[in-house]
Amino acid sequence: MEEIYIPLNKVNVGQTCIIKELKVTGKQRRRLLDLGFIKDTQVKVIRKSPLGDPTAYLIRKSLVALRKEEASNVLVEIISD
Amino acid sequence: MGLTCKSCKRKAILDIYNIVKANPNQMLVALAGNPNTGKSTIFNELTGLKQHTGNWPGKTVTNARGYFKNKDKEFILVDLPGTYSLFPNSVEEEVARDFICFGNPDVTVIVVDATCLERNLNLVLQILEITDNAILCVNLLDEAKRKKIQVDLDRLSVELGIPVVGTIARDKKGLKNLKDAIYDVCVKKIIPQPKKITYPKEIEDELQKLIPMITPLITNKINPRWIALRMLDGDIKILERISQNSYCKGACNHG
Amino acid sequence: MVDYCQINKSDIYRDYIVTSLYKRANEIEKAVVSYSKDKKVNIDDIIDLILTSKLTGFPIMLLILAFIFWLTIAGANIPSKLLANILFSIEEKLSDIFICFNAPSWLHGILILGMFRTAVWVISVMLPPMAIFFPCFTLLEDLGYLPRVAFNLDRLFKKSGAHGKQSLTMAMGFGCNAAGVISCRIIDSPRERLIAILTNNFVPCNGRFPTLIAISTILIGTASHSFLNSFLVSGLVIILILLGIVVTLLVSLIASKTFLKGTPSTFSLELPPFRKPQIGRIIIRSIFDRTLFVLGRAVAVALPAGAVIWLLANITIGDISILKHIANFLDPFALAIGLDGVIVLAFFLGLPANEIVLPIIFMSYLSTTTMIEIESIEQMRQLFISNGWTSLTCLNIMLFSLLHFPCATTLWTIKKETQSIKWTLASFIIPTVVAILICFITKSIFSLLF
Repeated sequence: MEEIYIPLNKVNVGQTCIIKELKVTGKQRRRLLDLGFIKDTQVKVIRKSPLGDPTAYLIRKSLVALRKEEASNVLVEIISD
Repeated sequence: MGLTCKSCKRKAILDIYNIVKANPNQMLVALAGNPNTGKSTIFNELTGLKQHTGNWPGKTVTNARGYFKNKDKEFILVDLPGTYSLFPNSVEEEVARDFICFGNPDVTVIVVDATCLERNLNLVLQILEITDNAILCVNLLDEAKRKKIQVDLDRLSVELGIPVVGTIARDKKGLKNLKDAIYDVCVKKIIPQPKKITYPKEIEDELQKLIPMITPLITNKINPRWIALRMLDGDIKILERISQNSYCKGACNHG
Repeated sequence: MVDYCQINKSDIYRDYIVTSLYKRANEIEKAVVSYSKDKKVNIDDIIDLILTSKLTGFPIMLLILAFIFWLTIAGANIPSKLLANILFSIEEKLSDIFICFNAPSWLHGILILGMFRTAVWVISVMLPPMAIFFPCFTLLEDLGYLPRVAFNLDRLFKKSGAHGKQSLTMAMGFGCNAAGVISCRIIDSPRERLIAILTNNFVPCNGRFPTLIAISTILIGTASHSFLNSFLVSGLVIILILLGIVVTLLVSLIASKTFLKGTPSTFSLELPPFRKPQIGRIIIRSIFDRTLFVLGRAVAVALPAGAVIWLLANITIGDISILKHIANFLDPFALAIGLDGVIVLAFFLGLPANEIVLPIIFMSYLSTTTMIEIESIEQMRQLFISNGWTSLTCLNIMLFSLLHFPCATTLWTIKKETQSIKWTLASFIIPTVVAILICFITKSIFSLLF
């Protein structure tokens, strides 16, 4: 059910989730895809910047920081804390 | 070639990727890879101080070129910008892609980080769609060992269908093997046969329709399947470039 | 629930293609990579946490930056002097040759006292700090620390419509603005990259640090070399740096709200694993790729400038030199912004390289016709006071030095990087307007108060 998907930026530090949907198109979508943000990929929220934004995510064993705006385009399902 | 091409009506924008070989014994090697894979260390270790850096003509992207010898051949090594993918989202990615595509390198060496293979393989697979003549260089094996990661290089070579060389460039380990592999591919002693990815039916069907239409337009070695794929994902510029390039080449060849 | 944007056909194809690529990559990875299960706490993760945590992230960043500055300033002093001595002794030898061949004195003047001497100034003042700063910077780069800085600071830049990586290009600018401008290549999006290029000049480079330090020392006073004194001087310099950063953010904000309007492009930043640095390679690469490259450009610009300065100082109309004529002409404007004609002229003649600004000021005040170096700060102070300097003059020289147009080497680099005369001009005009405006404001405040 779509109702349970939440944007990646709302996931707490330490939680792990699975990507379900990208809600952008065009260039922005391509950027995310190139970084490996595709459906069914596991993402762990590692930490927030000292100023609160961006946030670092562990995806495919590499650490990638996204700003709130980008992360909000990635819909995920939380699988563990 | 450079001078003759100027006489063409359309300016050969891709001419910047033509690196003139001084003699037939010279081989052109492209060095590709993700950032932070130790690609520049490999470049420096292979070429020593025989290198010069500048920009790609008309672009603010660094272009490093170096030279080395192995056996009876001389190699021109071109260090491409470090990128995560070849979908042209930035100038760096465009330069890397265009060089592999239009620069006619005799071999492309792809450097990957042993500790982060999956992420790096994405680029490798993209390159293998453009060219068959590729070698995989799995670098940073020492870091992998420290993190208790083992990589089965033989199996990797089988899976990809291209030669695989393991290196620790910092400690100059494995570089001789790499040079030999480059030599072997250049003189056709080894002919890499990369396994192609099969796409979902929707894509394969479209490809089957497109490829016969594209093939007559391409006069050089570029893989028509790759062009068709790029057209599918919306890169309209690509066909324009191909036809421009071959138009120019044709005009030059026929005087 | 969500109003999905229209996803067009090529997006769907791209999804398929990328998904297939990653699926295959994942299959291969599963087949060839094995992990020894080891649940030990990873040391790299702890280091990363310390470098980017709320509590320790910023203090560590400031400490590292302060340490590099200190190392650069303190470490460059002795080699600078040594280099100057060697090069000036060569100048004597060259002069002897000129005398030997009975060369006309104007030729000797232009070539030796003008061109050679300016080049020597530039080399001896620029080379040692760059040779220290760039390797330090490359070391941080090699370790993988720099992306963490961008991670820590991105929010500030986002608010200004700029990119977090601009913090790195600024840090590079402390070494040399030309190198800083080149480093803007790391910013993918053209709009944010242009903002970073146009504002790079607001961080003082190695060529301006000596001026800032000397003038703050004069301003604070030289009540012997007490600890408090050097503390105050460093404090003042740091305040100036912070001011430069504030101006950078403000100008970035204004630019992105006006002539460089546009939605912030997508931001993603890879935080690579830490790596053991290769000291040898760092030194070689930073010297060849950065130091000598920048120095080469600087010398190429300094040579003709040296000749022009010498001519201006030595050709007299009436009883005074052209230099003085121009200074007098500039006086009314200069006084309005709390400077004087000599200072403003010095900044313009210092276009080739900022480090020759102070020597030109001395030269003009002392009416000596070649650039000289005054030995002690106290001597300098007396000279300036006798030429009518006040605290305001000192303050405004520092502000002007911090904020004014980039040096010729940097402008040349901006032209190369942007491939546009328009943006090169903008990178000259914007800082100049900012510098004049701020100096005018401080002057007005001073006039009201005193």
